[in-house]
Amino acid sequence: MYRYDQTDRELLRQRTEQFRDQTRRYLAGELPEDDFRQLRLRNGLYQQRHAPMLRISVPYGLLGSAQLRAMAHVVRAYDKGYAHFTTRQNIQLNWPRLEQVPDLLAELAEVQLHSIQACGNDTRNITCDYLAGAADDEQVDPRAYCELLRQFVTLHPEFYWLPRKFKFGFSGATTDRAATRTNDAAVHVLRRDGVIGYRFFVGGGLGRLPMLGQEMNGFVPESDLLIYACAILRTFNLFGRRDNIHKARIKIVLREWGIERFRAALETEYAKILASDEGEQLRLWPEDIERMGTHFSAPPYRPAHEAGADLAERATHDARFAAWLKRNVRAHKMPGYRVVFVSLKAPEQAPGDCTAEQFEALAQLADAYSFGELRATYDQNLVLPDVAERDLHALWLQLEAARLATPNIGLTTDIVACPGLDFCGLANAGTIGVTHEIYRRFDSLEAQYDIGPIRITMSGCMNGCGHHSVGHIGILGVDKHGEEWYQVTLGGSPGNDASIGERVGRALARSEIAEGIERLIHTYLERRSDEEETFLECYRRIGLAPFKARLYGTEAEADSEAEAA
Amino acid sequence: MSRILRHRAIVEDDWTLAVDMTAAPSAADRWIVPLARWRAERDTLGAGALGVLLPNTADVETLYPQIAASPVIALQFPAFADGRALTQAVLLRNRLGYRGELRAVGDVVRDLVFWLGRCGFDVLVPRPDQDLEACRQALDEIRLAYQPAADGHTPIWVRRRASAADATGSNAP
Repeated sequence: MYRYDQTDRELLRQRTEQFRDQTRRYLAGELPEDDFRQLRLRNGLYQQRHAPMLRISVPYGLLGSAQLRAMAHVVRAYDKGYAHFTTRQNIQLNWPRLEQVPDLLAELAEVQLHSIQACGNDTRNITCDYLAGAADDEQVDPRAYCELLRQFVTLHPEFYWLPRKFKFGFSGATTDRAATRTNDAAVHVLRRDGVIGYRFFVGGGLGRLPMLGQEMNGFVPESDLLIYACAILRTFNLFGRRDNIHKARIKIVLREWGIERFRAALETEYAKILASDEGEQLRLWPEDIERMGTHFSAPPYRPAHEAGADLAERATHDARFAAWLKRNVRAHKMPGYRVVFVSLKAPEQAPGDCTAEQFEALAQLADAYSFGELRATYDQNLVLPDVAERDLHALWLQLEAARLATPNIGLTTDIVACPGLDFCGLANAGTIGVTHEIYRRFDSLEAQYDIGPIRITMSGCMNGCGHHSVGHIGILGVDKHGEEWYQVTLGGSPGNDASIGERVGRALARSEIAEGIERLIHTYLERRSDEEETFLECYRRIGLAPFKARLYGTEAEADSEAEAA
Repeated sequence: MSRILRHRAIVEDDWTLAVDMTAAPSAADRWIVPLARWRAERDTLGAGALGVLLPNTADVETLYPQIAASPVIALQFPAFADGRALTQAVLLRNRLGYRGELRAVGDVVRDLVFWLGRCGFDVLVPRPDQDLEACRQALDEIRLAYQPAADGHTPIWVRRRASAADATGSNAP
């Protein structure tokens, strides 16, 4: 993990004091609400009448055990004993009190956590492949580049007041596990003929008009990470629209200009920086990258004969352990090691929620079994990245005890959802209750295993925090005359085969939505070519029509009309 | 005359921002006028006596050859969260080498001051309701920086090169 030096610590301390003074002035009536709004957003705070929300950045999704323990403390001392993991690998607190937030942030600063630029029109926390450093398909470990960029964009004065939020997502592997192209800029770190560079995409974004990032440059040299990022941010700062908040993301500039004009402007700015003193300052030297890389060096893995174990033997005696091994454990690049997924999708749990006790248990398990590290995933689950095979059974028992071992990773009940109307001031409709209803319909593991890999995602409003646009089945909550309704999209995907889901038709009522999802899944089960064909593959083969016909069958129409009447 | 921040000091402003003035300026007036007016007047007054006010949509790189001689370039913040003029300022200072007075006008509030200072503004004209002394102090709200801007901060990665060299006893820069 990155370890702060004196500069990092002091800068964060001064920043926390800056916010403390801003909060003091606001509470004293010296700072108007509108002015304070801009400032608190840039410190992670959405202030709502009854439920303020504090978003804490988890840089590239990486958490250490000391941070997990601090989270346990903070959610007990300042909140109601739990927090929520988001689709951008961050953590949200739902109930802190504004006047206590500066103290809360000062405590988090002790363990290198902060809320700088967690909200607001600025460069947000950088997301990254949650298997960075551990994946068997990794070309280049992206974490050092993430941290170099994090420092560059943190409190960058030129880019602190952007037209709208700006998100970077990183991957260094052949499989995209960070939904990178849903970001304003995606950075794929890769090797070409043995030389490291970056493939840059720009213009992705969910929310209104969901779009996927378009390739701008297939190979930016390794030294030019900050230069290219600066060129993108500068182009956005100058040309992003400021007349309409719904048209202010960089994707709109791309759409209005077209890819070629945008690329030409970006490459021109890139060339100008390269040719100037600024380029000299921003150019990374090999030793800069190497020095940063030492923070992310491989943990002291034991040799395979010490770490490995024959898991088949144990699995034959214990079906539940076997199910967990099959669903929540993945291959690791090191022989004798595995990647373990921690499910935050237990029955009746709001997707992504984590209690103080669970934070503590995770800290202890990370220390005992994964070199003190944990990752947050964009599916709102967690990952213990480096677990020796022979520790798996002991780890499983303890995860079970903490309700963190539901064997449903990537399955029907692994539903992604924002907090929705129960918590969020922006939401139009509830999400948590709907996820529970869908969950109950598919609670049987046999049913889930039969359905296979599927990604159900749900957002309580158009902003799309629940990534509904890139769900195989996406659900979007909408408000119709004060009632909660739900629009369904099909065929979205956040990965290598990224696509934006297609809207099926009219929205479904609250009473219809869980039944509707079940119908869609049954359509798939009936129409799939064989058990190997996944929901997404089946959808792409047979198209929207069969799903639509089933979803709006005459029976359902009659029902909904009766309800509406 | 209003009071402003110039080079970190609170002083009386000796320039007048004349957005809609119809009277012809004289060389003694020290007016800052919009670009179109500036173009019309500079030949009679001499570029040295007239400051120019640019909209935050102006392409400073294209304009610069015309306005380089202006002793004052005023950049606008229609709302303090509209940061376009921050990029204009950085480009004027770093890329174009403008060394005259760069002033921030408009919705200039105390909580924008720190960012203005880092981007190369040396004259700030705070909104009339702002406490000037508080604005002055806000210039140093945060005294460290990771990245270069237009205020002379050495990037953190460059400083770490130097400290790594120190740590190994090397004489490298």
